Amino acid sequence: MGMTEPTPEGRFGDFGGCYVPETLVPACQELDRAFRAAWADAAFRGRLNDLLRDYAGRPSPLTDCPRLSAELGLRVLCKREDLNHTGSHKINNVLGQALLAERMGKTRLVAETGAGQHGVATATAAALLGMDCTVYMGEVDVGRQELNVFRMRLLGAEVHAVTTGSRTLKDAINEALRDWVATVERTHYCLGSVMGPHPYPWMVREFHRVIGDEARAQCAELLGGDPDVVVACVGGGSNAAGIFSGFADGDAELVGVEPAGGAAVGRGTPGVVHGSLSYLMQDEFGQVLEAESISAGLDYPGVGPEHAHLARTGGARYENVTDGEVLAAFELLSRTEGIIPALEPAHALAWISREREALAGRTVLLNLSGRGDKDVDLVMGLQE
Amino acid sequence: MSGARPGRLEAALRAARTRGRKCLVPYVTGGLEGWEAAVEAAAAAGADAIEIGIPFSDPVMDGPTVQEAGDRALAAGATPAGLLSAATGLDVGVPLVVMTYYNIAHHMGHERFARSLADSGIAGAILADLPLEESAPWTSAADEAGVETVLLAAPTASGERLEAICARARGFVYAVGLLGVTGERAALAASAVVIAGRLKEITDLPVLVGVGISTPAQATEATTVADGVVVGSAVVRRLLEGEGPEGVGSFVAELRRALDGAVSS
Ligand SMILES: Cc1ncc(COP(=O)(O)O)c(C=O)c1O
Repeated sequence: MGMTEPTPEGRFGDFGGCYVPETLVPACQELDRAFRAAWADAAFRGRLNDLLRDYAGRPSPLTDCPRLSAELGLRVLCKREDLNHTGSHKINNVLGQALLAERMGKTRLVAETGAGQHGVATATAAALLGMDCTVYMGEVDVGRQELNVFRMRLLGAEVHAVTTGSRTLKDAINEALRDWVATVERTHYCLGSVMGPHPYPWMVREFHRVIGDEARAQCAELLGGDPDVVVACVGGGSNAAGIFSGFADGDAELVGVEPAGGAAVGRGTPGVVHGSLSYLMQDEFGQVLEAESISAGLDYPGVGPEHAHLARTGGARYENVTDGEVLAAFELLSRTEGIIPALEPAHALAWISREREALAGRTVLLNLSGRGDKDVDLVMGLQE
Repeated sequence: MSGARPGRLEAALRAARTRGRKCLVPYVTGGLEGWEAAVEAAAAAGADAIEIGIPFSDPVMDGPTVQEAGDRALAAGATPAGLLSAATGLDVGVPLVVMTYYNIAHHMGHERFARSLADSGIAGAILADLPLEESAPWTSAADEAGVETVLLAAPTASGERLEAICARARGFVYAVGLLGVTGERAALAASAVVIAGRLKEITDLPVLVGVGISTPAQATEATTVADGVVVGSAVVRRLLEGEGPEGVGSFVAELRRALDGAVSS
């Protein structure tokens, strides 16, 4: 069925849209026009591709994982987004948005961050292009991802610890939106996932499509065709949307893995927060619930609207795993392949590991969306 | 206006304007300790209509004061249905308007939310994150139930966009006075008078400026052009600081005197 353009109103089936305070509507419309024009402009695409290659280090390798595969009884291939500059897939989207912001004449980037990876990527792009940068991060996440806070400050960004609500990603997004409402004339909101108001879910997916396009070509070379299953972790869902988009018109089964404590697709109902209509963990009155996950990057009660659409139409399926299963997977990949993953993609591996009997003998492509340096401290603390 | 007869809210504000009076609309967070008495005190002190906030977990259009009020109300167990049934019992003699975020209405269901507003005697609704383009499913249910949907108009809008907003707005047009979220400011933003003036040129609906109006002087300045003001954080702060309904009443009276003085002078 493929992953296509949303309607002009930003709908993927029943989901999506642009639910923002009136002040921001013209900015979202301007962004939609600017993105369409840039995406159709060979010079813009060329400049972005140059940066992705010469600055971010793309293409990222596809790594066959024989020792892990032998242990699980199936074949695992890893798409190595952990090897990108700044250590995760986030840089793909950020370079795209920063170039677009510059093209729109904006001089400041504001971003939310959970694990800090998107914040680091945004601070990096701002440094590269000489822009001002402000990052909002929940106080809980500032505590558990200290290294990334230091990195962002080193890169010249202002980091604000958000002390409202659950003090995690959800509240960081609220604060970033409030900043944008006040500063919209010179500021671009560099949103970090396939969520938020139109055009973000679509635009961010397009900026990450490079993951799926590369992986498909690499699989064709290595396997002579598509893998049987493509698996990615899902917070807002950007790394998943990126890799899924390369395979959505083929036969590979697409699986998104959420944390059990933040399973918007698994446990949510349709609702509107942060700009779009999607699955959302909410109470009986429509108040948004707080997610609870060991992984700051997935600790979010919502999910991007295109994933809600894929879930509803059967284009992809969504599973969830517990923190305990994630920690076991984190150790498994480290021990068998010498790759320490971020806790986020360890969710995807945790699902593969749990389902290894059902997956026996099959070829599974895992989107290794980030490296684990930022999480080593936290895991060390848990083991003590 | 597609020939529709004005609703209660619009009629009340038009009547005030016809009498040469500037409209005063205080905002009170529902569920905050003392909120019902505060609404009654505001009415007695000369409010022309009153906004009641139904707290939402993620109020992106609100600054620290209204956020804190909402958090406190939610922690105290406030629910949309509970607040609406409490509002039914209020005898204030001026139209009440609910202000909340779209998910509260979406979750209850458009028809059910609209009907429960009407059944509770609420005249109008403001959904802070529901812009014109997304509003049709709600406004058709609201129209059907006789609930007036007030739309926001911001300084960032083009003239064409302001016209479209005014064409669909009911009750009054809420002119967002500045680029930013709700909260008290030291001075009135220049944008407040500008947006009010742009709106007054294209609509006959009452134009009220809100966001960043926190003192009698600012209210007076804004109404040199606008038909009235909405005052939120400065009211709510008085409740948060323990001044109680009396504090709200005397503040609203002060605003009233300033606005009346400005008209007669
Ligand atoms: C390495 C990594 N993977 C995944 C995510 C989750 O985001 P998304 O679901 O948008 O890919 C994050 C977010 O911080 C991350 O750092």
